[in-house]
Amino acid sequence: MALDRAVAPAVANVAAVSPGRSARVIRRIAGRLGGLALTLFLASLLVFFSRFLVPGDPVSFLLRGRQPSPEAVAQVTEQYGLDLPAWQQYLTWLAGAVQGDFGRSLQYRQDVSAVIADRLPVTLMLVVMAGAIIAVIGISSGIVAALNRGRALDRATLVGLTVLSAIPSFVGSIVLISVFAVQLGWFPTFGSGEGPADMAYHLVLPSIALAIVFVVLVGKVTRSSMVDQLRREHVEVATSRGLRRATVVRRHVVRNALGPILTVSGVLVAGLLVASTIVEAAFGLAGIGSLLVQSVDRLDFPVVQAIVMLIVTAFVVVNAMVDLAEPWIDPRSAAGAGAR
Amino acid sequence: MTIPTTPPPAAGAPRPAPGRVGPATLAVQVLRSPRARRPDAVLVVAAGALAVMTLAAVFAPFVAPYPPDAIDLLAVNAPPSAAHWLGTDGLGRDLLSRLVYGARTALLGPLLVVIGSTVIGMLLGLIAGWRGGWIDAVLGRVFDVLFAFPSLLLAIMAVALFGKGLVAPVIAMSIAYAPFVARLTRSLVKAEVSRPYVSAYRVQGFGGAWIAFRRVLPNVTPIVGAQSTLNFGYVLAELAGLSFLGLGVQPPTPDWGAMINEAQSGILAGAFLPALVPAIAVVIAVVAVNILGDELSDRIGGGIPA
Repeated sequence: MALDRAVAPAVANVAAVSPGRSARVIRRIAGRLGGLALTLFLASLLVFFSRFLVPGDPVSFLLRGRQPSPEAVAQVTEQYGLDLPAWQQYLTWLAGAVQGDFGRSLQYRQDVSAVIADRLPVTLMLVVMAGAIIAVIGISSGIVAALNRGRALDRATLVGLTVLSAIPSFVGSIVLISVFAVQLGWFPTFGSGEGPADMAYHLVLPSIALAIVFVVLVGKVTRSSMVDQLRREHVEVATSRGLRRATVVRRHVVRNALGPILTVSGVLVAGLLVASTIVEAAFGLAGIGSLLVQSVDRLDFPVVQAIVMLIVTAFVVVNAMVDLAEPWIDPRSAAGAGAR
Repeated sequence: MTIPTTPPPAAGAPRPAPGRVGPATLAVQVLRSPRARRPDAVLVVAAGALAVMTLAAVFAPFVAPYPPDAIDLLAVNAPPSAAHWLGTDGLGRDLLSRLVYGARTALLGPLLVVIGSTVIGMLLGLIAGWRGGWIDAVLGRVFDVLFAFPSLLLAIMAVALFGKGLVAPVIAMSIAYAPFVARLTRSLVKAEVSRPYVSAYRVQGFGGAWIAFRRVLPNVTPIVGAQSTLNFGYVLAELAGLSFLGLGVQPPTPDWGAMINEAQSGILAGAFLPALVPAIAVVIAVVAVNILGDELSDRIGGGIPA
């Protein structure tokens, strides 16, 4: 994934033109939420109407690979309103989706939302653990590299990150399983365990495998953001005032460098959710990633639609949150100053 | 005043047009770039690895010691030996042979995606940057929506719709990567539009479409192309991941991702090679492609506007 280049466009600019600070803030928030709603609406169009790209009638598409009885055909037709015009089907689906109702799963004979809710805890825990690894290792390696710019430590970090970036999660998974689960026997090879503590233990290797590629993204963004800040005049001023190096770095460099690092959050969350398909398959975890793959395999399209919408929504919402939080992290952007 | 849509033949426009980067100039620029900061040995090794893989893919039937599906029941999960240099997999198939044949789908898929996304992206980026206005705004919104779909997710959705294999994921990924190309193209085109040679052509009576496609497009192509090659490694890893999931290239066709998938059960029994061999091949291919892509875009893309 061309992750690093997905970052720039993800940050929309909401022009604040009105006078008055609070009016501007409200406009900004309203504009951002409007953009969020529009993007989600267009994404839902894509997810829903993609089905119509498949030639043939919708009933046989939804019931592919199954031998439906006439009653089943009638039931599916009735349930999805397949005899209605397309736009009406869409509105029905959208109205349900907004309330978390994505219809019924064809493979489980349960509500899609129930199937997903059942699988969500594993994936959330996996993503949170991977996120923690990424935050700690990615940011610290980026900071270390930036503070030693041009020196051996910087080059070593960059080489390390470049090598890591070439290890896709399925390669990381099988290497980790081979070494730490099979040969050393330190970790289980399969499943997600019982109870939170056991689950965390089961998810150690999967979260490392998931984190690898994204550590590189965060590490590189942190480094370049830090390097950019270290060059700034205010850092020089702070240093010349006699502040200790650690204080300057902590208060003037790291804090300012946070903005660009946070802007990758949306890409990160969506990327982790998608990559968890591969990690969950490798480690036999019952999360939404493996559910997605299984649903594609078993031609359970309602579940596929729901998970795709879920991931897209996560991306859009996290991006909007980061964008709205920006003035709080960096007050200059709230002042609308072009000083950045 | 009416502007002719085709160049008047008698106008005598100079053929070696101003502001036009010829292929020869570009080649010299790449080869003689002072920006060559990486030690040459790394580049040579990366280029060598890629060349070996490409040759193996093209001449697979001549390179591979066995047919990819030939089964040796006396050697199941066998360690490397004189007969099987890299050993055999769980069905007794020669790993080296499968690796060699697997290079075909491994390299062909990303190649098609890079070409497809570059063509789509450059076309849309050129239109957006050249025309501006509402077309630009609409296309920008379309790109924003597509950015919300990670490429692997779009590929998985395409498989859900159109079935497993290489075709649906390649088309989906071409679309998923196109916005990255389009955005870069758009910003480069916007910078070109204000350059004097464009108005010079306009004054001479050349049509907008002609200037856009015959003069502006060739000028932005090198930088966009170099950036596009950077996607090759990502796509290679993602397509291999897709066949690892069992959604991409289907067995028994030898494919690196599918090989790892098939070898998973063997890992638990202690047979690591059938999974590790294709895994290492993926890593080497991605590293080699990324090193070359970085170097290429460093040498060509000197002046990428933000």
